[in-house]
Amino acid sequence: MTDPKQQDAWLVRPSSIRILWRFFWMILTLTVLAQLVIKIKGSFGFDSWIGFGAVFGFISCLLMVLFAKALGMFLKRDQEYYLKDLKDD
Amino acid sequence: MTEMLPPALILIAAAILIGPFKGHFRTLVLLAAPLLTLWTIWQVPDGVVTTMPFLNYTIEPVEGSALRRLFATVFAVMALVGGLYAFRVAKWYELAAGYAYAAGAIGVCFAGDLITLFLFWELMALFSTVVVWCGGTAAARAAGMRYAIMHLFGGIILKVGIEGVGVHTGSFDIQPMLATSFDTWMILIGILINAAAPPVSAWLSDAYPEASPTGSVFLSAFTTKTAVLALILLFPGEGILVWIGIFMIIYGIIFALLENDIRRILAFSVVNQVGFMVCAVGIGTEMALNGAAAHAFAHIIYKGLLFMCAGAVIYRTGFSKCTDLGGLFRTMPLTAICGIIGALSISGFPLTSGFTTKTMISQAVADEGMITVYLLLAAASAGVFLHAGIKFPWFVFFQKDSGLRPKDAPWNMAVAMIIFSALCLFIGIFPETFYQLLPYENNYVPYKAGKVLFYVQLLLFSGLAFFLLLPLMKRTLTISLDTDWLWRVMFRKIGETTFNTVAYVGSRLETKAQATAGNLAALAKRHLSSSNSPESFGVFSRTWAIGTTALWVVVLLTVYALVYFT
Repeated sequence: MTDPKQQDAWLVRPSSIRILWRFFWMILTLTVLAQLVIKIKGSFGFDSWIGFGAVFGFISCLLMVLFAKALGMFLKRDQEYYLKDLKDD
Repeated sequence: MTEMLPPALILIAAAILIGPFKGHFRTLVLLAAPLLTLWTIWQVPDGVVTTMPFLNYTIEPVEGSALRRLFATVFAVMALVGGLYAFRVAKWYELAAGYAYAAGAIGVCFAGDLITLFLFWELMALFSTVVVWCGGTAAARAAGMRYAIMHLFGGIILKVGIEGVGVHTGSFDIQPMLATSFDTWMILIGILINAAAPPVSAWLSDAYPEASPTGSVFLSAFTTKTAVLALILLFPGEGILVWIGIFMIIYGIIFALLENDIRRILAFSVVNQVGFMVCAVGIGTEMALNGAAAHAFAHIIYKGLLFMCAGAVIYRTGFSKCTDLGGLFRTMPLTAICGIIGALSISGFPLTSGFTTKTMISQAVADEGMITVYLLLAAASAGVFLHAGIKFPWFVFFQKDSGLRPKDAPWNMAVAMIIFSALCLFIGIFPETFYQLLPYENNYVPYKAGKVLFYVQLLLFSGLAFFLLLPLMKRTLTISLDTDWLWRVMFRKIGETTFNTVAYVGSRLETKAQATAGNLAALAKRHLSSSNSPESFGVFSRTWAIGTTALWVVVLLTVYALVYFT
């Protein structure tokens, strides 16, 4: 992975990526645990449950990615799809 | 009250002067005109300022209000910073078209009646088309043509509505209405076409990415946001807008997730963000309309910023696809940082402009007790982080090492990006100052510990979802079919088939006709023609004895006399 002449940027070294992931997990845990101290005053009751924002955010993204993926099976075309017409003209 | 000329005229004058002026004079015009416009905008008092006769009507080219000044301000700021971003690389005619386009948008802001609104609306359509064409490629010319057709079509629908309202109510005043009649529906549809609402959202992602790197910065700002202003002025509280907005929000996210071209990702995300504003206009409460206006203001700045970053990358590398890019943070750190600030703003991260404006819309929805809409907006906020907030900077500046080592943005582009980044942060950190510009009295407090924590959770776990699902989001060399397939392929096929059928039927008829004509000619020849031998003369060209003719005349006269006298 290392360049013979000079090492690549700190940000992309596997060792730093491991550190960043650990740091990220820690922050994620903290944001949920913070609810023990800071009360989220929800508008509808259930949105003040512990970790609601976390679970809701994660699941919405999961569903959107899967939906996009499924839709992509029908809608994706080669990038030259419309360009062919242009060349014909 | 002293009458004043429309502030838009300053930018129109600048657009005319950009061509003949060269060098520093042109730069001076480019920078001074928007500043002068800004100053003029803030001289416009509330109420109708100017009236003038036009055909048989009295029109109101200048009417002021806090809302109108707010939109005009951000359009002028956009022209100024966009001009600064573009002036060293863009062709003079692209700059002139961009300024005339901005003038159209500012003209719409102060239009006191529907006729003035329509005139400036069409000015925008014309010059934005020129900006698309300035992309200079065959694809840009074709996309510009489709763009022009769509907007002229939208303009016709709008005009039908405006004339209907004028004829049936006797007034062309801009005042709140609901879509209850044919006329008002036509106006609503005409505006929604410009807002890139379904089913024609595709015009936006078709045209904007084909413009030049500098042109798409201008394009991102004006058309859709003047449509939002028009909706706030004409259709506040129109319920159908809530669901149109929700559709746009989800459409934008899904299509951006599938997309590979970085500017097309941003174009889909324009539709997504305008969806938030359209939804808020549909709610129609004072807080919702404040939210729509504030979000439009913030959006123009961070979306302009994101298009600037994308433009700088394309200008330096010549590539616009995620699959070609990656790892640019090494040599374009400033562009990367500005891009990240723009991306965080569009995602509504605390301390950025998106947070202080978008959460106002969510709060307005929650206040109305609309639980489904509220949850959809929250899911969409997570989705925005996914499709634009992380996806854009990740694939451009990190991801893999593409091996590209371009220079960072030129100084003028860098200054423009820094100004917009600073504005994103300013509106995020000092929202109260910005809230003073809003049309209605505002008592919304964005920074409450619980609210901030909720959004931080929502967004960071969306981030987690992004990185865990990365294998599913591997970019492919594809495009996604959209409703524009209908007019780019299906209508074209129908047209070609119809043409071919008509041509075939026509050619068959022609053959038949030729055959018939041939037969007739032969017949005529048989009866009429003369030739050398008297026996083969046609029946009408033979020589007949005079006696026979006299006999026939006698017979005819006898018959005539009998008929006449009996």
